[in-house]
Amino acid sequence: MKQKLIIIGAGMATGRALETLLDAAPDAYDVTLFNAEPRGNYNRIMLSPVLAGDKTYAEIETHDALWYAEKCVTCRFGEKLASINRVAKTVTAQNGDVLAYDKLMFGTGSNPFIIPLPGHDLEGVIAYRDLEDTERMMGLGPVSKCVVIGGGLLGLEAAAGMAARGVDVTVVHIMGHLMERQLDEAAGYLLRRALVDKGITIKCSANSKEILGKDGHVRALLLDDGTELPCDLLVMAVGIRPNVALASEAGLAVGCGIHVDDQMVTSDADILAVGECVEHDGAIFGLVAPLYDQARVAAKTLLGEHAIFVQKELSTKLKVTGCDLFSAGDFADGDGREDIVFRDPARGVYRRLVIENDVVIGAVMYGDTADSNWFFGLIRERTDIAEMRDTLIFGPAYQGGTPLDPLTAVAALSRDAEICGCNGICKGQIEDAIVAGAGDLAAIKATTKASASCGTCTGLVEQVLAVTLGDDFVLPAAASICACTDMTHEDVRRMIKSQRLTSMPAVWQECGWKTSCGCHVCRPALNFYLLADWPLEYQDDPQSRFINERKHANIQKDGTFSVVPRMWGGITTPDELRAIADAADKYAVPTVKVTGGQRIDLLGVKGEDLPAIWADLNAAGMVSGHAYSKGLRTVKTCVGTDHCRFGTQDSTGLGIKLEKTLWGSWTPHKLKLGVSGCPRNCAEATCKDIGIVCVDSGYQISIGGAAGMDVRETELLVQVVTEQETIDVIKAITQAYRENARYLDRIYKWMGKVGMDWIKERVVEDLEERAALVDRFELSQTIYRRDPWADHVRDKLQSYQPLGNFALEAAE
Amino acid sequence: MSDWIDIAALDDVPQRGARIVKTHSGCVAVFRTSADEVFALNNSCPHKGGPLSEGIVHGASVTCPLHNWVFSLETGHAQGADDGKVATYPAKVENGRILLDKATLNQRIVA
Ligand SMILES: Cc1cc2nc3c(=O)[nH]c(=O)nc-3n(C[C@H](O)[C@H](O)[C@H](O)COP(=O)(O)OP(=O)(O)OC[C@H]3O[C@@H](n4cnc5c(N)ncnc54)[C@H](O)[C@@H]3O)c2cc1C
Ligand code: SF4
Ligand code: SF4
Ligand code: FES
Repeated sequence: MKQKLIIIGAGMATGRALETLLDAAPDAYDVTLFNAEPRGNYNRIMLSPVLAGDKTYAEIETHDALWYAEKCVTCRFGEKLASINRVAKTVTAQNGDVLAYDKLMFGTGSNPFIIPLPGHDLEGVIAYRDLEDTERMMGLGPVSKCVVIGGGLLGLEAAAGMAARGVDVTVVHIMGHLMERQLDEAAGYLLRRALVDKGITIKCSANSKEILGKDGHVRALLLDDGTELPCDLLVMAVGIRPNVALASEAGLAVGCGIHVDDQMVTSDADILAVGECVEHDGAIFGLVAPLYDQARVAAKTLLGEHAIFVQKELSTKLKVTGCDLFSAGDFADGDGREDIVFRDPARGVYRRLVIENDVVIGAVMYGDTADSNWFFGLIRERTDIAEMRDTLIFGPAYQGGTPLDPLTAVAALSRDAEICGCNGICKGQIEDAIVAGAGDLAAIKATTKASASCGTCTGLVEQVLAVTLGDDFVLPAAASICACTDMTHEDVRRMIKSQRLTSMPAVWQECGWKTSCGCHVCRPALNFYLLADWPLEYQDDPQSRFINERKHANIQKDGTFSVVPRMWGGITTPDELRAIADAADKYAVPTVKVTGGQRIDLLGVKGEDLPAIWADLNAAGMVSGHAYSKGLRTVKTCVGTDHCRFGTQDSTGLGIKLEKTLWGSWTPHKLKLGVSGCPRNCAEATCKDIGIVCVDSGYQISIGGAAGMDVRETELLVQVVTEQETIDVIKAITQAYRENARYLDRIYKWMGKVGMDWIKERVVEDLEERAALVDRFELSQTIYRRDPWADHVRDKLQSYQPLGNFALEAAE
Repeated sequence: MSDWIDIAALDDVPQRGARIVKTHSGCVAVFRTSADEVFALNNSCPHKGGPLSEGIVHGASVTCPLHNWVFSLETGHAQGADDGKVATYPAKVENGRILLDKATLNQRIVA
């Protein structure tokens, strides 16, 4: 008599198993196939092309009714199997039918994970798993709005498919870059750029808070920063969980998935499992390649033949037209691992190979994936690449050819890319001047005015010369930011502005960074440049800040911190002093010191006490003094007209106003101000970065002082009549400094490079430019004029505590 | 065979960041790289005891916050011209959880 085989689930894995089984032995089993979906087998991975309109359902159906009929398979489509009785060896269908089996095979796939956000059960919130979901998305009209939660493979395919249909799509992704499990940041950046070009809005590092509805139907997604994204449909594509409910009810061994051995047999010898629902040797599976291997093994097992399932390296491709992307193996950094990175900004190509012991163990490719199979082969075969490592990155067809040119980034700039911001000169004008005979920097300056002003674009102009003239021009060597790049600070700042680079991966890619994620020298600089240039778009990266700024306190030599509350213009009150004294007692602060900047420093606070002491000081009305920051520190004042017999103006009042306007702003280096009420200069204003000396006829503003390793007196910038004008000039000068200086250059160093005249032109003479600088400064301040202490006490409390405290545990 | 102890969720440590675990013989710094690899090192810099967990993490290296020595997270060796080594401990991530080796941790707890 024929044995009875019951299969649960007509998915991709069981489909392949059935095919293999019936091909080899058509008469071995009497097969009954249950499927919860009202249809037979189709190629689930082709749902994305169906959604995008490149294919129809009929084209992706792999087994139609006729096929099952010919093979005498009893199909029970649209019927879910309800339970299994392993002792009696029977199963029960949803309608109560009881069927006996000799062998049972699970292929129940997985369930899409739905984040249990408030509102997740509203009508119009769907996953992306089957034909029904796909049809829901295809049903959206061209003016509809859709939000996709999840920037992984599935979410992006859903988004691209709908965008191709004219739907307005926004992807919300919690991580910092797309497909973070398959891609590194650089490739993620290129992918994002390509998707944005398709009209898709991408929000990374965005956390969903609540799904908002109206009359039971989804209306919008609310993010935890308060943004509301209106939508008619919300697709969640955030992950899958093996569908194991039926198996665990039946008492099979289940971990994350249904446990199977190398023969795909579960803890019950008569029950097999294949596909996404299984767990083999600790691993679960979400791609079809291994499922097909499992299916073949399971078919052999059912036929009594020996076969074993072996896990292999996997690779991923994204099925979105125009986004060529490939990722395989392990591409994490690590010691003993070497990275070969190839970036061609002009073609939007990125390749990265990770090599360990002369074997390629991982590869990420974007833009040009023609060679991906060859690289994947090297990974799987563990080929020794020692012989070809010099040329490896260029792929199998590489024959000779030129080495990588560091000038490609400049060559890639379009003719209308702005090179000299001061004079509004773009690349094309410089090229024209060169063609017309200008052969060196001086000639370019004379004919186009490019780099004739502040000079920060000099490097870039020289590179345009080098690119255009080739060997005829010898590029003067300039110091690069660090070993990660050949570019200077100025080059990078210009690229950030002219190419609108608004994220770190964008800079790494477009400027040809040689490391995967920079280093401790370039990252803090880039972080500053990006937030200074794009205060609204860029998101500050705490991990690219030195500890003092990351933790908003000064680190001391023993690893403790110092805490300095702000005292506006050096003024305090008995209440504030009491609060400071109380805090010093409560947190056993060993040293309380008056600083050179008219404030009180609490030295020796333990890292984990920081949030608590801040909360206390905040409660007494004090905010962070930014005493650690490359940003505004103090505004030192004298007593001025209020008490001093010499005072000409209200120097204390002006100091307080300035500090309240400027506080929180980040600058290339620390920024200290001083305001003295008369030329006796009790506030020592003339050795500050910006000094104001009040005189009978108004205010003398001078800049570029220092009293650190270099001691310098300020130089007069301008004398103005009113307090308001003083404040405006100071905002403008601060903004000009932020926009143009090198990271870690104090004002005097920057002044030395661009010249006082250049600065005067902008903030003193050109009133329009001054107003524009003030506007940009204020815009940035709407984001950054905030107290980091309060922010951290509210959002980051946890990160100040140890992960675990075993010192306590043992003592108890 | 190692015996592992569950310390925290991977997401409790920021990418390119670190958190510490306190023991009787000082702190262990648990690092997470941008590629979500996890490493455990003695938190104390061999130069002048700087807290390595507070440094900037780049690739599989960390830069000490006090005087900018750079250490490999994998081997603990100082990079470049500097000479020194920090102790490293077995660490791994499984199902989104960070696991440290019980034996090495225990040694530190009782020390
Ligand atoms: C849109 C999309 C795109 C994808 N793209 C790719 C890709 O490009 N590359 C790649 O490798 N992978 C891709 N995948 C993943 C791939 O499709 C899956 O890994 C594969 O389909 C899993 O096969 P399976 O047989 O385990 O499960 P499934 O194909 O999911 O089949 C499981 C079936 O079991 C049924 N079932 C569940 N419980 C019961 C029950 N109690 N009774 C009866 N029937 C039940 C379900 O209704 C379902 O039909 C994609 C997936 C989706 C959704
Ligand atoms: S600077 Fe002039 S106004 Fe200010 S305290 Fe000194 S003497 Fe008085
Ligand atoms: S002067 Fe030198 S020793 Fe004194 S606080 Fe400043 S850096 Fe430290
Ligand atoms: S203490 Fe670490 S580098 Fe000095």
